[in-house]
Order: sequence, then C-alpha cells, then structure tokens
Amino acid sequence: MNQPAPSRPDAAAPLAAAEIAQAVSSGRSRASDIVAATLRRIAERNPLLNAFTDVTAQRAIARATAVDAAIAAGKTAGPLAGVPFAVKNLFDVKGLPTRAGSKINRELKPSVRDSVLVERLEAAGAILVGALNMGEYAYDFTGENVHDGPSRNPHDVTRMTGGSSGGSGGAVAGDLVPLALGSDTNGSIRVPSSFCGLFGLKPTYGRLPRTGSFPFVFALDHLGPLAKSPRDLALSYDAMQGFDAGDGACVDRPIDPVTAQLGNGVGGLRFAVAGGYFRNGLCAEGAEAVARVAKALNATDEIYLPEAARARAAAYIITATEGGSLHLPRLRTRPQDFDPATRDRLIAGAMIPAPLVDKAQKLRRWYRAQMLELFREVDVIIAPATPCVAPKLGEQTLVLDGVAMPLRANIGIYTQPISFIGLPVAAVPVPLSPLPIGVQIIAAPWREDIVLRVAQYLAESGVAASPVPANS
Amino acid sequence: MPADDKDPLLTAIDAGAHMLGLTIDPAWIPTVRANLDVSLRLGKLVDDFQLPDEHEPASTFKA
Repeated sequence: MNQPAPSRPDAAAPLAAAEIAQAVSSGRSRASDIVAATLRRIAERNPLLNAFTDVTAQRAIARATAVDAAIAAGKTAGPLAGVPFAVKNLFDVKGLPTRAGSKINRELKPSVRDSVLVERLEAAGAILVGALNMGEYAYDFTGENVHDGPSRNPHDVTRMTGGSSGGSGGAVAGDLVPLALGSDTNGSIRVPSSFCGLFGLKPTYGRLPRTGSFPFVFALDHLGPLAKSPRDLALSYDAMQGFDAGDGACVDRPIDPVTAQLGNGVGGLRFAVAGGYFRNGLCAEGAEAVARVAKALNATDEIYLPEAARARAAAYIITATEGGSLHLPRLRTRPQDFDPATRDRLIAGAMIPAPLVDKAQKLRRWYRAQMLELFREVDVIIAPATPCVAPKLGEQTLVLDGVAMPLRANIGIYTQPISFIGLPVAAVPVPLSPLPIGVQIIAAPWREDIVLRVAQYLAESGVAASPVPANS
Repeated sequence: MPADDKDPLLTAIDAGAHMLGLTIDPAWIPTVRANLDVSLRLGKLVDDFQLPDEHEPASTFKA
C-alpha cells in the first residue's frame, strides 16, 4: 500500500471538521500534519485567547500516528478521521484531574478514563488535543475564571466569550480547533455560541450521556458540540449518540443519525417567532438577527410561550439549590478557594426553602405539557440566544429595557426557559458587524434532525455564518 | 441592633449557616444576601403559580 503524500502542514485557512475528515480519509492529508499544525496554532494564539487550560500534545500525536497507520493499512478511520477537538475541562480526560474550572478540583487524582463522549469521538477517528477553560463549576455565563484567567473573544479580545463553555467558544472561533464540546445547564453552549459567532447544539435532555463529566445540576445538565458549521455539529453529534447506563438521565432511544438528513431543506416545516417575554430587553442586534432568520424561513407567525418568566424562575431555583447542595461539603471546608462570585451564589442557593424547589419541579412538568401542546401547531420556534452582543470583560451590569441589571444572572434570560424542559436547540450565528449574535432554533424533544436541518438551510442561504475574526 | 429589628434575610442566613454547618465570613454576607434576595423574588414567581394538589413534580422516582 502506498503511503499517502504528505499534506501542506498549514493550509491558508483552517479546515472544517468535515473537510479534514475527508482529506485524511482519502489520503490527501495526514492526521499527523493536521495535529502538528493545530498544536502550532494553539501555541501561537492561546496565550492571548486563553481558551486551553491543558494541551494533550503527546496523546494527540500518538493518536494521529495511529490514525495515519490505519489509513495506510487500508482500514477505515471513522467519519471524523484526523479531526482535532477539545473539551471543556469538566469532561474527564484520562491522565488529567477534572478541574471543572475550579482551584479545588485540580487537586483531584487524574482521571483513569476518558468521558464517554470523548471515547466516542475518538472511536470515530477524532483526536483530542486538550481541555478548555470554563467558568468555575459551570455556574457562569461570562467565560471569566479567577483561577485560570478569562477566555477572550477572538472577535474582540477585550470582550467575553460568554460561558460557562468559554474556552470552547474561544477555541473554535479562534480557529484553534474546528470542534469543541461544552455543557449547557441554562445556556452555557448557546451563550458562547452567540457571543463567539458559532453554531452550537444543545441536544434534548437525556440524549447524550454525561458519563465521565463533572456535574453542575443533574436535573438540567446537557452536553453538546460547538463548531463553525451545522455539518460539523451533525457529524460529531452522530458519533456521540447512544445510550449509556452510567448517566441516570440518559434515555435509551435508538440512534437517529442526522448528517444524512441535513440537506433535506425546510419545506413543510411550520415556523413561529417567540414573542412576548422573548422580545423584552432584547438589544437591537438581537432583534435584527431574529428578524433576518425569520425572513429567511418565511416565519411570519408569532407564538407566546406560556409563563416563560416563571419557567426561567423555576430553572433558576432548581439550579441554585442543586448547585448549592452539590458543593456544600466544599463550601464547609474550603470556601476561601472558590471564586467569590460563585461561592456566594452557591451559599445562597443552599438556603432556598425546600417548598420552592418542590414547586419549581411541579412547574417544570406543567410547562413541559404546555410546550408540547404548542409543538402540535408548530415545528420550529425561533428565539434570541442572548439579550446583547458580547460584553466587555469585567462588565458587571447589563441594561435591559433601560434598566441596569446584574449581568451574570441575566445573560441567560432567553436560554433558561428552553433548557428548563430539555428541548433541542441549535444556536446559529448571525454575522452582524462589528460583533455576531446568536439565534435559537428550537424544536420538540428528540427532533435534533429538525434544528440541524434548519441550521444547515440558514448556513446555505448565508443568513447564518461563523464570521472570521477581524484580527485572525 | 435589637433582634426584632434585624433584617429577616440576615436572620435567615445566620440560621441557615448554623443548620448547614457553614462558616460565612461577614465580608461575604452582603453578596450572599443579594443572591438570596434575587432567588426569593424569583421563587415567589414560582410559588404564586397555582397548581392542583394532584399535580406531580417532574422529578418522579420509578422503583
């Protein structure tokens, strides 16, 4: 068998995951060269972007060598052959302590096994190159971290990436890797996707197993990918699907591959734009982004999500109390080692009266029933992802409808009512100038095929696109 | 400050810290209080919503 010709190690522009996989699988490129170029880009740009907290260079080089050897031997290396990827540092990575953005967790013993989603991506031929910065213990919408420094937005390094999957947003938007994994409890994939101009997928609650990741709120945690195209989201999502008994919330459903369905278009789908609550406090850029997406999809109807404000409040209560409970042992023994902003929220959360938590869970069941009724009349709901474009680093307040509000608690006002009941969402970036902003494409449970088809249609029409950072 | 003039949230935080075995530095109290205040205001939104007694929570256990 002939050895594949070595590829140019540094292409003019970093390739998408799908292009890399094609090039490596066909022998036009070598995984070793792709990984070497990736590691060089990380070394050059990460000091500024601060997306990576750990670079697993030796592991990546070894994996790339193995992928190249498999292809040289005529074997199939998988649908993500040679694709470099990185994961938020709450994912277990063999040999690393799972720091989850904290000071305390970096004292844990190194993980003895990768998280299930890392294993599945590598089984598909992808190559892990490292772990990514995040807001402490995922209780964050900014991407800032007092222990590891803030993730910086590649579109304007004086601005936030958004969080808590801040490094995931920065790494992909900054072209360090074409694919990253994040987590989303109340918006932590969708917010950095919005601020960094990326496509992000928050699947249905219970679709992708969380086995081998550090939790935040068991009732609300989701895991999912960020990328610069819907195709890359779909490829990674398909590779990661499947039941795992290690996650008590993971639902045993048949795998439903979506990549082959991406080109099915949007014909026959019924669209509506979320009104009312989802228009309150929205900045001009967000309104423009929603309008462009609605126009492209010919979405003329408006739909009102019942009691969205109460749903957001209930998600807030569940988050605060489960988070406070999870961290209580550490708050008792090492409160000084927390980010003060996280610590004081967690302490307060632990003190919320129990009847409010019980009521929040009852409201969750009620709200889910109401939303499923809505999805009898509509297939896709369009809503803004964030109330503003990426704020400046260190910003503490956010102006909503002329009123200054605490920024950290309010960035997720549009994402929380949706993740509260685990609906699948594709965040799509609208490339406004000077900064992008995201829109949520929302469907009924288990209809990731629909949200990704819509994202693909919007990408093909040019309405949604990941803009190249001006200073890249 | 006489006990009956004390901010009820501060009283609740004192009691909560005692019940949960937490030591809260006095310097943290204002931010803890501010966060608890927000949570309780949002909690009132939840609490005010009328649901029948028979309505089950989302977190239903299966044996």
